[in-house]
Amino acid sequence: MTETNDTRPHMPLGLALRGYTGIIQHLSAKDAGSALSEIELESRLIELGFVEGARVEVLHEGLVGRDPIAVRVDNITIAVRRREAMAIIVA
Amino acid sequence: MELPLLHLALVGTPNSGKTSLFNALTGSRQKVANYPGVTVERKEGFFVTPLGRQVSVVDLPGTYSLRGRSPDEEITRDFVLGKATGETVPDLVLCVADSTNLRLTIRLLLELKRTGRPMILVLNMFDIASRRGISVDVERLAKELGVPVVTSIAVRKGGTADLLALTDEISAKLAAEPQENSWRALGVAELRATQREADRIIADCVSLPARPDTWTARIDAVVLHPVGGLIVLALILFVMFQAVFAWAQPLMDLLNNGFDALGEFVHATLPAGLFQSFLQNGVISGVGSVIVFLPQIIIIFLFILLLEDFGYMARAAFLMDRIMGGAGLHGRAFIPLLSSFACAIPGIMATRVIDNKRDRLTTILIAPLMTCSARIPVYTLIISAFIPAKDVWGFINLQGLVMFGLYATGIASALAVSFLIKFFMLRDYAPAPFMLELPDYKMPRLKSIAIGVYTRAKMFLHRAGTTIFSMMVLIWFLASFPQPPAGATEPAIDFSLAAIIGKALEPLLAPVGFNWQIAVALIPGMAAREVAVAALGTVYAIEGGKEAAEQIGQVLSTKWSLATALSMLAWYIFAPQCASTLAVIRRETGSWTWMATTFAYMLVLAYAASLVTYNVAVALGAG
Repeated sequence: MTETNDTRPHMPLGLALRGYTGIIQHLSAKDAGSALSEIELESRLIELGFVEGARVEVLHEGLVGRDPIAVRVDNITIAVRRREAMAIIVA
Repeated sequence: MELPLLHLALVGTPNSGKTSLFNALTGSRQKVANYPGVTVERKEGFFVTPLGRQVSVVDLPGTYSLRGRSPDEEITRDFVLGKATGETVPDLVLCVADSTNLRLTIRLLLELKRTGRPMILVLNMFDIASRRGISVDVERLAKELGVPVVTSIAVRKGGTADLLALTDEISAKLAAEPQENSWRALGVAELRATQREADRIIADCVSLPARPDTWTARIDAVVLHPVGGLIVLALILFVMFQAVFAWAQPLMDLLNNGFDALGEFVHATLPAGLFQSFLQNGVISGVGSVIVFLPQIIIIFLFILLLEDFGYMARAAFLMDRIMGGAGLHGRAFIPLLSSFACAIPGIMATRVIDNKRDRLTTILIAPLMTCSARIPVYTLIISAFIPAKDVWGFINLQGLVMFGLYATGIASALAVSFLIKFFMLRDYAPAPFMLELPDYKMPRLKSIAIGVYTRAKMFLHRAGTTIFSMMVLIWFLASFPQPPAGATEPAIDFSLAAIIGKALEPLLAPVGFNWQIAVALIPGMAAREVAVAALGTVYAIEGGKEAAEQIGQVLSTKWSLATALSMLAWYIFAPQCASTLAVIRRETGSWTWMATTFAYMLVLAYAASLVTYNVAVALGAG
């Protein structure tokens, strides 16, 4: 689970469309604009399995503003709003 | 030698199958209460191990870590650390994992280990994992973790045998000396390191198949489709309400006839007089008219528990998040609001899953607008008395349609109120995050569901036996005393206290089309909504005298105009007719102000809705 993908540009998961697959590069909670504090958001993301190296796939999008998104993180599925997903940098 | 009671605690992430394991271990030997000082549900059960050890097991709230970011999670942390007030430190912690999804639980377990409590890792739902081709090297996992590991299939008979045997084995040699507790809240770096460690252990001990659960993917393709998913959700809710109305009917008729026969029997065997009237009109027709609704309450809880067990509830929250967000609600509010269809009390208590205070407050304020099961008796009674049971468009039952309309109005007004709260009261605020695991679908566990429905039905009957019974006695008393003077020709009830109170209130309620009998019924209806039905039954039964055994629905259809009936329905959508709900709001918000606010706004809405309904209906000729 330590593979990286250097050929693709880094982007926040919050901008990814349905069908996107990638690997988590790092977490950057301070840019997300979440109502949570930086530490709190980062802790919660880690607790739900969003750690560096995890494989993510955007499975589903909501109706309004394609939000929230259902993300496959390794072998579990997590629903998260795009705003918080901005903290997850993928490639 | 009698060994002391062994204390077990179940800890695990949400969706780990903790509760079904709890149900499998304890069956119906469960005690549900609250932790002292907080309103977190405390579920304790009892069982005996194969070697005869008496065991108490507590099902702790699900959590992903011991950080304790909500009252529920704090309880779990404090309980495990032995800091929860009035609680025994658990002798043994059972860390429950969903075998198909070990990552998060293994990390939690690594954190739990630091507390030094003796522990077992229970790999639950092991059958599902095997079926999906996930293989776990249990021995190696135990060695890597330094914790005994056991597999279990909570839903199968005998599926917990290994766990029971291991519990006996371990409890026999539990160290007497206290364990070292080195736990403290993990920082981000430690959290990440722990997850890395967990991932390493899993990579070493677990082989995952390449393919994910295809069934979940297939179902989600439909159920989480942006448009299709919402249609499915609407269909599920529609079927649910049709079922509540149509499926329950035969059983309800049966119960109804039973109580009628019982009343007749009492009427025929006992000498005429006060005692006969008390038994027949007060007890049997009063309590009976509430118990009749047991089948509907069972059906609605059955649906809610099935959907929850299946894994659909989290999907519903996902679908509704942005739509409810438009009304200022959090996606997580969907589950508490859906529970409020059964009863606002568990619904309001379930708002604890919302960790943002303002989101939670908004949800609490609107939860009582969701049509709870206690309104069903009132709705059913009035609908069956006034709305013809014909089909529209060939297949939809008109009565079911009106019922659906009442539910829909409740939902729409809840969204409107929430929108107003967001707009006027809590403007300056960023939306709280919505982060939720969407668990793989699982076949609902029938035993677990049965226990859940049974517990709820028991609570309902308990209420019927206590609150409702005592209210009925009071109503009967008010409606029977003082007795009419000798030689009076008017019905006896016209001389009673109930008539005096009802008539005093009548001028206030006349604009919405309520007569004094309704006014009398609304007062005890404060104790519990469904009591109003029973109270109407008693009031009209005593007034009716000889024809007391007559069906209350038939009585109403001769005594009320259609406009009054519709006005009553409108009233019940909004009226804050439930003292227990208000008490829970007071407790959960910790504030009398919010309780008073809820009461006031609902009362205003109820009065306004009834006023409009009544006058429009009269204008259309239904008066």
